[in-house]
Amino acid sequence: MTDLFSKFDPLIEQRRALLETGLTDPFNLVMEKVLSPTVAICNGRETILLGTYNYMGMTFDEDVIAAGKQAFDDFGAGTTGSRVLNGTFHPHRDVEAALREFYDMDHAMVFSTGYQANLGIISTIAGKGDYIILDIDSHASIYDGCKMGDAEIVAFRHNDIEALEKRLKRLPAGAGKLVVLEGVYSMLGDVAPLKEMVRISKENGAMVLVDEAHSMGFIGANGRGVAEEQGCIDDVDFIIGTFSKSVGTVGGFCVSNHPKFEILRLVCRPYVFTAALPPSVMASSATSVRKLMHGGNKRAHLWENSKTLHKGLRDLGFQLGTDEPQSAIIAVIMPDLERGAMMWEALLHEGLYVNLARPPATPAGMTLLRCSLCAEHTSEQVQDILGRFERAGKAVGII
Amino acid sequence: MTDRSEMFDKLKELIAPFNKKGVELTDATTFAGDLEWDSLTVMDFVAEVEDSFDIVITMNMQAEIENVGQLVDAVLKLTD
Repeated sequence: MTDLFSKFDPLIEQRRALLETGLTDPFNLVMEKVLSPTVAICNGRETILLGTYNYMGMTFDEDVIAAGKQAFDDFGAGTTGSRVLNGTFHPHRDVEAALREFYDMDHAMVFSTGYQANLGIISTIAGKGDYIILDIDSHASIYDGCKMGDAEIVAFRHNDIEALEKRLKRLPAGAGKLVVLEGVYSMLGDVAPLKEMVRISKENGAMVLVDEAHSMGFIGANGRGVAEEQGCIDDVDFIIGTFSKSVGTVGGFCVSNHPKFEILRLVCRPYVFTAALPPSVMASSATSVRKLMHGGNKRAHLWENSKTLHKGLRDLGFQLGTDEPQSAIIAVIMPDLERGAMMWEALLHEGLYVNLARPPATPAGMTLLRCSLCAEHTSEQVQDILGRFERAGKAVGII
Repeated sequence: MTDRSEMFDKLKELIAPFNKKGVELTDATTFAGDLEWDSLTVMDFVAEVEDSFDIVITMNMQAEIENVGQLVDAVLKLTD
């Protein structure tokens, strides 16, 4: 018998070698207690959270929690069914209304996760004979959406406007084309030149989908994302987003002004063939989305945090993913996986949690310590974070 | 239409800057195995070939191309 697991041997061996050195497993962290959006107890130690995507700190918002509790009482614990059968309760409709208000768009469709939103929309709207043109550094959910569908996939170099244009011009004029972009790329925290890319896509007859998972609630005058910030949101055909970042719950969505959009509820398999989210999650999400519309002050503080951390880390001598802070993600580039894991552990011992990111999730084979800031991080916490980075960096010998 | 050996020579030229170990190229030379290219190198090389011939090699096609001979045939077909 061929062991189907033998294909995982290289990874098993890499993990074994890493853990043999006595390092804590970076992919097996347990939060024993969560005290606030920015603090949890890990291994018995009070730990500042700097790797949660909880950008706007909505997880502990009183109104968000109250709405969820009320829905538990009114609708029960779960839906036990698909959105198109018995799984659409009032809160599901209400959160879609909240999204239409938030984005000022005609249609909104909620999926069980952001991953499924990309999987479903991309695989359904681009079919056989159509082309999907995507940035090579796209998120796994975008690639998986491509793999699940029947379209031809064309990749272009990360954020390269000219490479996108060249490829669009080489495709058959009459073919259906979907350009897939992200507002903020989550590994390095860099922003896409959406204005130019959306214009070029439209000029070449393509529809455009933008994943704004990491910008919602934070970037743009109304928190609608990078497309809003760059003034091209009206030319974007589909925006994909998630509730598991700024909104502070779980779920994914697509908003659009396409007149035929609603038909997707019947033909999009990752929407149809899965259970709808619990009503408590939907009610919490609706409350959170509506509160995010008025989050101007929090957005300003989050930008301040991002700028302070970026400058502080650079002044300490760390190598960062972007020259300037472009989002609430700041990626610290590690020399290799081993020292990255050592630094990750040293930070954890200092009481600071960040994400350890490594290939294949990262571009260019990099190992990253990815920091995502929260609007609820106080200025003192950010200074504290810098102190912990300095001590850990010196202990591991990275700075 | 370009002659097959002519195409082979053209692609050999494009491969050269990425052929760090100076592996001898035949139809059977594989990109992942013999040339030891990682996904980044593949991306740079594919972009180079696409720009040189003004074609698009989709990722669907790339998945089927494992060696130099298959690439020669694919590019011949795309430029036909």
